[in-house]
Parts: sequence; C-alpha cells; structure tokens
Amino acid sequence: MSTPRAAAAGFAASAFKGALDALDVPMRAVQRVLGVPRIAWMFVAPNLVILGLFTFLPIVIDFYFAFTGGVQLYPSQRPFVGAENFAVLFDCTDYLDPSSCNKDLFWRSIFNTAKFAALQVVLMVTFALVTALVLNRKIIARGFWRGVFFYPVLLSPVVVALIWKWVLQREGILNAALVGVGASPVEWLTQANWAFFWCIFVSIWAHMGFYMLILLAGLQAIPADLYEAAEMDSASPWRRFSRITLPLLMPNLVVVLVLGLIRAVQIFDEIFVLTGGGPGSATTFIVQFIYTTGFAEAIRQYGLAAAASLVLALSLLFLTLMQLKLSKRSTASRTGRGE
Amino acid sequence: MHTSTRPFTPFRVTSFPRLVAAAIIALASGVAGAGEIRVACYSDGNECEVTQDLAKRFEAQNADVKVIVDKVPYKAILEQLPVQLAAGEGPDIARVTDLGGLAKYYLDITPYVKDPKYWEANFGQTLKWLRADPADKGIYGMMTQLTVTGPYVNKTLFEQAKIPLPGPKATWDEWADAARKVAKATQTPYAIAFDRSGHRFMGPAISAGAKVFDAKGNLVIDDGYKAMAKRFYDWNRDGTSPKDIWGGVGGNTYKDAFEEFANGRVVMYLSGSWQIRRMDTQIGKNFDWIAVPNPCGPAACTGIPGGAAFVALKRTKNPRDAGRFLDYLASEPVYTEYMARTENIPAHAGVAKKGVDYKISTAAKAALDTFVAEVPKLAPVAYDIQGYKYNRAIFNPTAARLGQAIAGEMSLDDAVKRIGSDMDEQVKAAQK
Repeated sequence: MSTPRAAAAGFAASAFKGALDALDVPMRAVQRVLGVPRIAWMFVAPNLVILGLFTFLPIVIDFYFAFTGGVQLYPSQRPFVGAENFAVLFDCTDYLDPSSCNKDLFWRSIFNTAKFAALQVVLMVTFALVTALVLNRKIIARGFWRGVFFYPVLLSPVVVALIWKWVLQREGILNAALVGVGASPVEWLTQANWAFFWCIFVSIWAHMGFYMLILLAGLQAIPADLYEAAEMDSASPWRRFSRITLPLLMPNLVVVLVLGLIRAVQIFDEIFVLTGGGPGSATTFIVQFIYTTGFAEAIRQYGLAAAASLVLALSLLFLTLMQLKLSKRSTASRTGRGE
Repeated sequence: MHTSTRPFTPFRVTSFPRLVAAAIIALASGVAGAGEIRVACYSDGNECEVTQDLAKRFEAQNADVKVIVDKVPYKAILEQLPVQLAAGEGPDIARVTDLGGLAKYYLDITPYVKDPKYWEANFGQTLKWLRADPADKGIYGMMTQLTVTGPYVNKTLFEQAKIPLPGPKATWDEWADAARKVAKATQTPYAIAFDRSGHRFMGPAISAGAKVFDAKGNLVIDDGYKAMAKRFYDWNRDGTSPKDIWGGVGGNTYKDAFEEFANGRVVMYLSGSWQIRRMDTQIGKNFDWIAVPNPCGPAACTGIPGGAAFVALKRTKNPRDAGRFLDYLASEPVYTEYMARTENIPAHAGVAKKGVDYKISTAAKAALDTFVAEVPKLAPVAYDIQGYKYNRAIFNPTAARLGQAIAGEMSLDDAVKRIGSDMDEQVKAAQK
C-alpha cells in the first residue's frame, strides 16, 4: 500500500510528464517553422531582451551622454560636445597631484579607489583563504562557524553600514566601551585615516563570507589522497599547502581575485551610508563621484558623470583582462604547457 | 487613505485580450487615475500628516478627486524628484525647496484657481520665487512655510556660566567670544555649530559683506564671503565649532547640528525657524533654549529667507484637480489651520496680518516671535539669492569645499578658489 507522500510524488511526476507532453506539439511546430539550428535562439531570446534593455542599451546611452553636454536628460536636447567631458576630467598639470587637476574630486576618488582596492582585495582574499582553510578542518561546530562567517553576506549594504555607524559614531558602542575601560573616545569616522581603515574593515566584514565560500568549495574539491600521499612522503604542512593546496586552488583564487577587485572598484553603497565620502573627500570613491556629479548636484552634469563611468568601465576591463592573462600564464607555467 | 473595499476574488483568465486589458488597467492605476492626484511631500515636522488631514476634507467636498499624499524623505525631493521631472515623470504636486531651480517644470494653475487676484494679494511676495523670470506672471503654487535662518542659544548654559547674553546688535565675533566663555565655564565641548549647508552659511556671509552678485548679476565670491569663510574655518580649526559637522562628511551632504545642540554639546546653533517644533518636542524641559536675532557683521545682521512650497507640476494628467487642491490649501481658513498645526511662519499676507493662534509652548512662541521679527531685517540680497534659480551653484560648493578645508584636505585659499570655479562651471553647464 502506498503512503500519502508516495502518492503525492506519483501525482506530481505524472502531472509534470503531462505538462511536458502538452508542450511537445507546439515545440515541434516551432521547430518546423524555425528549423533546428535556430531554435536555440528562441531559448536565449528572453535573456537577450532583458540584457539588451537593461545592460547593453544603458551602455549605448552612456556613450551618447559622455559625448554630449548640458543638463538636459532627453538625448535629443543634449548638444554634441565631442571629447570635452573627457578633456575636463583629464585636465591636470600633474596627474599625481589631484589638487592640480580641474576636477580634483575625480582624481581624489580615483586615488582613493585604487588604494582601497589594493588594500581591501589583498586583505580580504588573505582572510577569506585563512578562514576557508580553518573551516575546512574538522573543528568543533564547523557548520555554526561557516554560518557565522557567511551571515553578513545576507545583509543589505545599507544595513551593514547602519550597524557599523552605530558602533563607530562618536557616541557609539565602541567609544562607550573605550570610555568604560578608562580610555579616551576616538573620532573613528571623522579622522581621515581611521575612516579609511573602517571602510576597508567593514567592507571585508560584509563580503568575506562569500569569497570564503568559493574557496571552501575549491578546497573540498581537492582529492584527499594527494594529502595522504604527501603525508606518507613526510611533506611538511607548508609544503603541502604550497605544492598541493595553492596550485589546485588557483582557479578559485583567480575567480575570487577578479570578483573581489571588481566589487572593490565599484564600492559605493555601504561607504556612502557609513561616511558620506568624508571626512572631506577621504573616503569618496569613483562611483560616488559619478553619482554626485550626475544626480546629487543641483546642476546635474550627466555628460561628465557618463564620461567618468566610461573611464571606470575601461579601467575595470583592463584590470580584469590583465588578471586573466596573468592567471593563464601561471596555470600554463604550472602545468608546463603553453610555450 | 485609499484602500480598496472590493472583496478578493480568485484571478481567472478567460481570454488573452482580457488579460492584456487587465494589465493595462493595472499599470495605468499605478501611475494616476482620472481625478487622482499624487502629492510628494517631505516633512520638517508634521506637514505631511496635516496635509493628509486637509486632503481628506478636500475629498469630502470634491467627491470626484482623490488625493494621495506620499511622504518622502527630503533627500528624495532634492535628488530624485529633479531627475523624475527631467524624464517627464513624477507626482502631480510636490513640496519643494529648490524653488527657482525647478521652475521650468511647474504648471501655471492660474486657469484653475477661483480668484487669481487673491493669490497675488496674499502670496505676491513669494510667487515670484517660483517664477522662471521676472516677466513671468504665472501662479505655480504657494509657500507652505516661510523660513528664516537664525541662531538658537542654550540659555541655561549662559545662566550657569553667569555670562550675559550679547545684545540684539552684537556681532558674530562678540557672540563667538561669549559662547566660548560659556563653553569653557560649563565644560561644554563646543561654542558654535552651523548646519552643514551653504544656505545657512550665506546669512553670516552677507552680514560680513558678501555681495553674492556682481554688477552683471553673476554669482561672485568676494571679500565679504571670504571674511566669513575665514572666520568659520578658524572656528572649526580652533575648536570653537565641532569639526565633524562640516569636516566629517563628504561632498555637499547636508548635515544638521541639532543633535549637538539638543544634547547640550554646543552653546549656540545656527539653523532656522523650521527647527522650532523639533526644539520644543525633543528638548522640552531639558534646558532653556531661545532663538536670538541674527548676529551682525559690518554689512548687515541678516539671515536668509526660504521655505518650502507646494507646486503643481506640468507632467500632471489632472491639471484642473491639482489647481483646485492648491487653491483649497491656499484659502485663508485652511492656510491658517495649516500654519497653526505645523507651527510655521505664514507666507500669506492676510494670515500673517491677522496672526496665527499657535498652540505651542511659551518657548516655542517666543522663538517664533524672534524669527518673525527677523523678516523685515533681512538684507535685500538675501531675498535675491533665495530667488535665484542657480543658487545651489554657490550653496553646494560652499558645503563641499569648506568641508574639505575644515577636514584638513586643502587650504582655505584653495577651497575658496575651488568654490568659485565649481560655481562658474555649474552655472555654465546649466546654461548650455
């Protein structure tokens, strides 16, 4: 006699088969009309439409705006200005000194972003790797710890920023704790260096779990017999790590590096809420510059913002290609191929 | 306010055309139906709640119109509304503060109001703030409040320090000296705080001699402006003012210093009349607070007028209803009630003349009287800058660049130069 659960499963299976059978006739008709090679396009068409509307069309509009001026939003009302917006952005006496540039905030935000990306990505990948290595071992409450490290990823960036603002503000809980132990309170978010440090810290706290998960998946895919063989050959832990773990984890590390770098360069939401780009422009990053220029100024310079976003896109493209090339080279040299 | 009373029925598709029709109706109703007007309202205190109450009454008298009041953050009015309007979207009516800057999107409601002369007679002084140019005679909306910038003082701290309050003609330097002495005697961290806003800074700057406009009517950074910038910068560097208000955030981000004042961390606080309700409800009896006349400089003793206005917007599909609703709000009894309940200074000449019976505390009443007394003392250029459509081209860089200088990122001279160049660039871009 079948149980209710088995009966329900049987019903579901037959309903599913029925639905598939019902699709059979129209699919055959479509296939006859389009031909077999073209039917693939039918499946990708919905995605192409969405991508086209919400990704490629905005890119085209962005290009158009970057070469037009004025404050009008409608493309037809915007005068063509050629490369003027780029000329304004790149008008500098000394590119290493933002204060010598016409758009000093653009260059300050570029330098801030570069500094942030370099520090945040290196530190985050290191911490993610160490955490993944620890959580890959048989430790007590391993599932719990994995949850603890992954949990911040589930939070909205605004929530992350508000939590940390509550901790770090002048009358926040961190200063309350400092005062409690007899120390002086610190202006964590209004001193340039501290504010920058906390931007990196909060960003790592919020995103590390995601990258840790990718690395953990990579670690679990490494066959255990390799380690057993290494142990039989009396390989030291460092040698096992450098000769087995690291090379086999390299594809995952590259993914983590590329994603981390893109994310770091695009940083905006949590920092905007946490520091508002201050003190001064100490934590103003490139996306905030674009947002402010295009949308938060009383006189909105969409063209300048579009030009800056193109510069950002090209920088990201360059960085990603460079990183992929480097990783290919390292893979090739490791496997002895590619010469 | 408007909830559907129709019972829920399971969705059943009987035909494709019917589905399409249902989708079109659903989309259309999401925007605005016939006889329906949406009001984007931000609140300084309880303005949106009072507007909602009055809207209900208007609906009872005009069964063919539905008014939906959407309460939005002030930031949405500053940043999202202009983009929506530029794209031909947005509400039918909005409560705005960039009065001249958005003028090109306003709808002239003259054909829809009962008596245009009533509007001219009672709102004549401020109607021009909403007009694109002096030749324009349209009626676009009405000021929901007239505001004046000015300082608040923690009177209790002065009493504790046994230091007399400077008189009505005292200068900014005299106030700063007195406030510093009070701060020192009472161990209050700071003497003076300004809201982080170019608008707030402009009153003291005009008092210090800033002309704001050159002979051709273009914005200018002159010696008066520089003198106040130097004074304010020095206050922030020497600890008279809390550095984190202006230096602690970036760009032109608005940040008020109300919390500093309410927590007794600052002796004197430059903000404006719109804070009275907040002072009254949040400080209450914690300490005695008073509003004092704007301190003087060599040129004037002025604040800046301002305020918020309900304006009808061109994109509306129901111009007649938008006009009727604004006409209702502008009628004398309704406007009087609105002022009394929101505790704002009226922009309606008739209401101002008769006076408003505010149901507020003695402290709030005294503060309101002080601000009302400031109105005739405002410098003419203070009105001019408020009515100038590109006024944010000077307000925003003031906050951003002085903030950078205060944070130690650039020298004051560089900051002032940058304010000038940012201002010129923005006006030039706007005129393209």
